[in-house]
Amino acid sequence: MSAVSCQLSVAMKVSLFVTCLVDQLFPQVGLSTVKILKKLGVEVEFDVRQTCCGQPAFNTGYVEEAARVARHFLEVYNDSAQIVVPSGSCCAMIKVFLPQLFPEGSTERRRAKEIAERTLELSDFLISVLGVKSTGARFREPVTYHDSCHLLRELGISSQPRRLIRAVEDIDFREMENPERCCGFGGTFSVKFADVSAAIGEDKVQCVRNTGARYVIANDVSCLMHIEGLLRRNQVPVRTMHLAELLAKFDD
Amino acid sequence: MIRISANTQAALADQKLQRNLRQTLSKTLHSRNEAVSDVPNWEELRQYARDVKTHTLSRLADYLLELEGKVSEQGGRVIWAETGQEAVQFVLDLAHEKRVAKIVKGKSMLSEEIHLNESLERAQIEAVETDLGEYIVQLATEAPSHIIAPALHKSRGEIADLFVAKLGMAPSQDAVEITKTARKLMREHFLTARIGITGVNFAVAETGTIVIVENEANVRLSVSVPEIHIALMGIEKVIPRTSDLAVFLKLLVRSATGQTMSSYVNFLNGPRRNGELDGPREFYLVLLDNGRSKILADDFLRQTLACIRCGACLNVCPVYQRIGGHAYGSTYQGPIGAILTPQLRSLEEAPEHAYASSLCGACYEVCPVKIEIPHILLRLREKVQGEKNQKAAHLPFEKLAMQVWAWVMCSPSRYARLGRWLRILQKNFEENGKLKLPFPPFNRWIKHRDLPALPARSFKELYSSSEKQP
Ligand code: SF4
Repeated sequence: MSAVSCQLSVAMKVSLFVTCLVDQLFPQVGLSTVKILKKLGVEVEFDVRQTCCGQPAFNTGYVEEAARVARHFLEVYNDSAQIVVPSGSCCAMIKVFLPQLFPEGSTERRRAKEIAERTLELSDFLISVLGVKSTGARFREPVTYHDSCHLLRELGISSQPRRLIRAVEDIDFREMENPERCCGFGGTFSVKFADVSAAIGEDKVQCVRNTGARYVIANDVSCLMHIEGLLRRNQVPVRTMHLAELLAKFDD
Repeated sequence: MIRISANTQAALADQKLQRNLRQTLSKTLHSRNEAVSDVPNWEELRQYARDVKTHTLSRLADYLLELEGKVSEQGGRVIWAETGQEAVQFVLDLAHEKRVAKIVKGKSMLSEEIHLNESLERAQIEAVETDLGEYIVQLATEAPSHIIAPALHKSRGEIADLFVAKLGMAPSQDAVEITKTARKLMREHFLTARIGITGVNFAVAETGTIVIVENEANVRLSVSVPEIHIALMGIEKVIPRTSDLAVFLKLLVRSATGQTMSSYVNFLNGPRRNGELDGPREFYLVLLDNGRSKILADDFLRQTLACIRCGACLNVCPVYQRIGGHAYGSTYQGPIGAILTPQLRSLEEAPEHAYASSLCGACYEVCPVKIEIPHILLRLREKVQGEKNQKAAHLPFEKLAMQVWAWVMCSPSRYARLGRWLRILQKNFEENGKLKLPFPPFNRWIKHRDLPALPARSFKELYSSSEKQP
């Protein structure tokens, strides 16, 4: 097993927000996240009261409903440690939009802002806070990386995941054409404008195929669910993988 | 009511359209990116332009009055039009008064917005579009599909066929031949039309200068040969000072076409003066509101009016790239169309525009005046739902679903219970790990993509059992 190039000098504790989609549909992403953090010597706190950040309602225009869910989120994370989220869009929801759901000057807004400040997306946390060079993962397959829109444009994260992918032992990393072009998912857009969403997704699938990669990596399970759905429907021999799953490919 | 969702299927199935969009947009985007990367302080310029616009919009009335003063001093006349109808009426009245039978027009999206050509036609006044792209869509009796490149949806071959059919051009696919044919006809029109109508890119308050950028010199001819020039502008096009033009022109042209500067930049200061050899005898500037002051009233949405109509957000938009402009069913298309249309008209008339986006944010990234299009879309979605909810006799289904969803998500125990129920229920719809749900919204997902079944256990269950292990 390769050495982890990060030794924590101080005890670090994080509070994990796995997101509802990971919890219900892609638990392996949550487990991988825990595995990585533990290996790096981070103490992981997991509050079982967590549900959702409110994003689906917010993005569809249902601000009241989003605020209701957000209030629950604030309650759960009120006294939490540093929050880590393995999803670009949920992290953007927390960091960018949650405070806006509450009136200027309200306690809730202040709380939401405090929580936003101590929330980080997983790859960003690994690089910016822990200074991780490599998680010690090893993977032999050719992979490519898709920039999820909220991760890239709301949070400005694009180099962190790439650095972590390149550090995976034996990895064959191939950039696709236009990695930053949307995959077409877009939350409820994927069903409101399903045909357009799928058409945009097919462009993405084409770019993925052109690289010859066997896996598409991204930091957002919603994009991946959409891309994987298209890959499977069209019988493309490529699979999706969340960044955390890739980075957790080391022996326990 | 405009329903974009009713137009998307046809657009996606139109192979010609798909090919034309792919070819043209990737080229334009590439040129834009090159042109932008040449400017080391691009981000600084964007912010500067945005600041100028924000400032101007905060004192719009003052700057418009200043502009009016300068234009009048130079012998021009300013017409304030609250609605499109008023602007149209002014043009019709003037044309009648001067007994004008033919008008040449430079490309103007505002003219499209107020449907000027239709009104002129009804009044039996011939209106000839002189911008090649605009001329093409006029010949084809279509609407522009792109705010900068009106005929972007057509290939050269389709344009050639149109020219052969409508203008009797000898069959040829040669771009030079096509342009020559148009130009020859156009010359005739320039010489015989007595009014030239154009749009406006910028109007400088301190000098009363109208600035119009173009590549074909058709605007230059439209404003210098006919006796009368009418410039149509939305009230948001005013900028305070000439010195800011350096920044705005750089941003506009590079974003729009990827050129370093357009072939022509026209600076117009009123009608011909004594001793001058060309220029119109009369100059009219129409300042049109048409819903803009309503947008101005909202502190956040106001930034919509900072738009300089460069078209970059259309070119980069994955939705526009796939459905083209006509599917939007409105004068303005793509991301700017998605935010502008429901605000200029109403959310009721254009309830889908704000939803025709994946919120990817590529538009904001390229916008030379940093309009937060994705965030505006979100605000408009909120407004759409608010209005819908107010007007609906019953609780709309989606609202009900969201309420139930929120009710579940606020309670960890309800959330866990729902997860368990879904796992039981899904057995009836599961096939090889895939779900076949034949009802909305899932059927719309499944039409194009597989939907994974929920795994036997959630993360919470797996995690708590793993934590219990020693
Ligand atoms: S919104 Fe921005 S990018 Fe789009 S046309 Fe206007 S100025 Fe250009």
